[in-house]
Amino acid sequence: MSPRPTASPLLDRLRTPRGVTGAVGALAIIVVAVIAPTVWGSAADTTSVADRLTGASLAHPFGTDELGRDVFARVMVATRVSVLLTLGATAISVIGGVLLGAVATVLPRPIRRLVTALIDILLSFPWLLMALFFSVIWGASATGAMLAVGFAGVPTFARLTYTLASSLVGRDYVKAARIAGVGQVEVLVKHVLPNMLPPMLVNAAVSASGTLLAFAGLSFLGLGVQAPEYDWGRLLGLGIARIYGNPMAAIGPGIALVVCGVIFTQLGELWNESSKRLLGLPAPVRRGPGVSVQPLAEPTAPEEPVVQVRDLRVAFPDRNGDLVERVHGISLTIMPGEVVGVVGESGSGKSVSAMAIAALLGPDSAVTASELSFRGIDMTAPLTNAERSRLGLELAMVFQDPLTSLNPSLSIGKQLRETVEVHEGLSKAASTKRAEEALESVRIPLAAKRLRQYPHELSGGMRQRAMIGMGLMGRPKLLIADEPTTALDVTVQRQVLRVLHEAQLRTGAAILLISHDIALVSGFCDRILVMKDGRIVESLDADRLHEARHPYTQGLIACVPDMTSDRTMPLPVIGALGALRQGQEPLVEGPDGERLTTTEGQRA
Amino acid sequence: MSGLEFSDLTVRYGHGASAHTAVDGFQLTVRPGTSHGLVGESGSGKSTVAAAAVGLVLPSAGSITLDGADIVGRSAAARRARRRVQLVFQDPYSALDPRMPIGSSIAEGTRATQRKWSRPEQRDRVAELLERVHIDPERAGELPSAFSGGQRQRITIARALAAEPSVLIADEITSALDVSVQGVVLNLLRELQRELELTVLFISHNLAVVNYMCDSVSVMQGGKVVEAGPTSTVLAAPEDAYTRELLASVPVMGRRMTWDDEQPGA
Repeated sequence: MSPRPTASPLLDRLRTPRGVTGAVGALAIIVVAVIAPTVWGSAADTTSVADRLTGASLAHPFGTDELGRDVFARVMVATRVSVLLTLGATAISVIGGVLLGAVATVLPRPIRRLVTALIDILLSFPWLLMALFFSVIWGASATGAMLAVGFAGVPTFARLTYTLASSLVGRDYVKAARIAGVGQVEVLVKHVLPNMLPPMLVNAAVSASGTLLAFAGLSFLGLGVQAPEYDWGRLLGLGIARIYGNPMAAIGPGIALVVCGVIFTQLGELWNESSKRLLGLPAPVRRGPGVSVQPLAEPTAPEEPVVQVRDLRVAFPDRNGDLVERVHGISLTIMPGEVVGVVGESGSGKSVSAMAIAALLGPDSAVTASELSFRGIDMTAPLTNAERSRLGLELAMVFQDPLTSLNPSLSIGKQLRETVEVHEGLSKAASTKRAEEALESVRIPLAAKRLRQYPHELSGGMRQRAMIGMGLMGRPKLLIADEPTTALDVTVQRQVLRVLHEAQLRTGAAILLISHDIALVSGFCDRILVMKDGRIVESLDADRLHEARHPYTQGLIACVPDMTSDRTMPLPVIGALGALRQGQEPLVEGPDGERLTTTEGQRA
Repeated sequence: MSGLEFSDLTVRYGHGASAHTAVDGFQLTVRPGTSHGLVGESGSGKSTVAAAAVGLVLPSAGSITLDGADIVGRSAAARRARRRVQLVFQDPYSALDPRMPIGSSIAEGTRATQRKWSRPEQRDRVAELLERVHIDPERAGELPSAFSGGQRQRITIARALAAEPSVLIADEITSALDVSVQGVVLNLLRELQRELELTVLFISHNLAVVNYMCDSVSVMQGGKVVEAGPTSTVLAAPEDAYTRELLASVPVMGRRMTWDDEQPGA
């Protein structure tokens, strides 16, 4: 379930350790910046010849300077100037950059090209050089330094704005606004800029900690804050001069710089994570506590199943790190050569179950089962090298998107040969020959040429067949195909299914086909498992589909229009709790609409 | 009631050697108040036709008219006429601004009516539209992330309706949805079409859905229409070889797939 956006995600985030650190740190900086001149002002400015150039002591934690002023007090007082200069410069960079970048997006194309070229040229200048250049214009003063550092940062933010805006302009909701007749500038203000805010804030925070250092650098060089004013950079410069006498005089301002920089960065991270959650993106998960798995030791029967699963449970940590069970104890057996289909909607746990069977789930997941074995290999225990080798040759997987499951930087041939070269120790010549045969058997013509090509040179359907070919390189006993044709057109889908069918005939491998399309599964498989909400609700033979007992299965069958659907009637609809109802009465959702529509797919 | 007519529509992308003709001499007349299906595979040019009709791409040649009025180009008259054609997008997850409350997104749609709307009028209109698509009007202030995929798709339909269109173009509106939700959205679209006497151009790669939704259908391949006619005729007795192949490839519930037909190699 997606987070309720009405509750502020930023507030949620503040309750985490990082949130507390960031918030407390920011508060501390503000408090110090406000009260320091009052509290430490006199200590910072009172000269005392008797106390000059003392080392660190309880009375003077960072020692005193050549006029006997307390360095600690001066560091605290300098907070206000340092932070204000940093914020001022960052504000100049962000505001200037966003304006320039936003203007660039709405300009007519030829002028836009000129402006972006200019931004790119400015970007290639080192900021220090720009800052020095601006310092000459505005003179060596605190304001001059602020303007210099601020303007030096403008090109970075202009580029960021332009890049983000260009990608956002292609979104469907921007197109929709344009179709409704909303003008270009208004689209920019209402749709583009707000959605640019999160990355912008993160970058501003990171840039602020950089700016802090930039000031320290300029003041250190004598180009920034001028005496008698002082900021951390100047204090650092003065301290360095006598670092052998009193190291704390230099380390003190250094600590202030580091702490302040870290707090800025933390604030950026805070924004980053809270906005990710607002947009429904997964925040990084903490690794959940490992759940112990019960080992099994069972004698293997002669007609041994390929896959034996009993009471498989899979849990993932949610954003607070608590484990949430997504698969609630499923059991299934796949016999040699059997073609089994798993049907379910998004979030039903079908893919997760398949990944668990192939032991491909990441370390975040907690997988438990009273039995989870592939041809006698206990998949819940750590695998031995021999078992890993057998698995590599006997278990093949085909995923939905072959463009992401094939490595784009390796030739098709290299990827096909890898398994057998690693696990069977075949020579390159022998493995190439086998790869050619594999491609021919998945109906890819000119196999020798195709082997030298890269994934992007093949069409979607051909890539998917190459993926199946890769599975045929070993001695496959099980082919797991997870939505292998979902991204493909129907005619290409048929070619891929044909190849899968032929591979099954030739090798006798069992197939586990996962799909959301019950018509496809019913036409291709021997047996169908229907999954809903992490459970297998029904298991039935494909040719006995009409005998389905479970209301959800009946609903799935009925709610899909086919070539014989009656056009005069509304489509039946799967209502709450998976029960089927004729869609006569309009579906009205009250405030509890969330509950009524639990069958609607939540994106996993 | 109004009719949408494409004649000799051609859309090219790119220049010179890299130019690609996405739509090539496309002909289609959608009769007022009917729903017309546009089927074909990816790259056949279906979505480009939709984008041209709402002004997102500029045709290289040909014309698109609504009730005889030209809706192509930048002239004020064409723009005004074009607002009566609205598009519902495929992916409900990217079609709504994630930072804008759904009510405001729908209110933005009322812009296309070119009338002045006062705040209360706009609020009432949004509530009315949400009720039309069976979503609780109380939830107008919530962000898209509070809604499921099916609900979001109904919200995007409400936004399109806010423009008071006479033509609705539905571009693969159920392909990103689960089958159990697909039915809800299709039923809603049929209900709206009947009640608001909409003309619908229904773009889909799913022949069964088109068969259920549409009075007539055009089959597209390579930017051209290869076959067109009443849905019952075209899908029951296809004349074109490509239409036949398309039909033969659709998996049918409970029917075992057979593999003895000839198969093109690549």
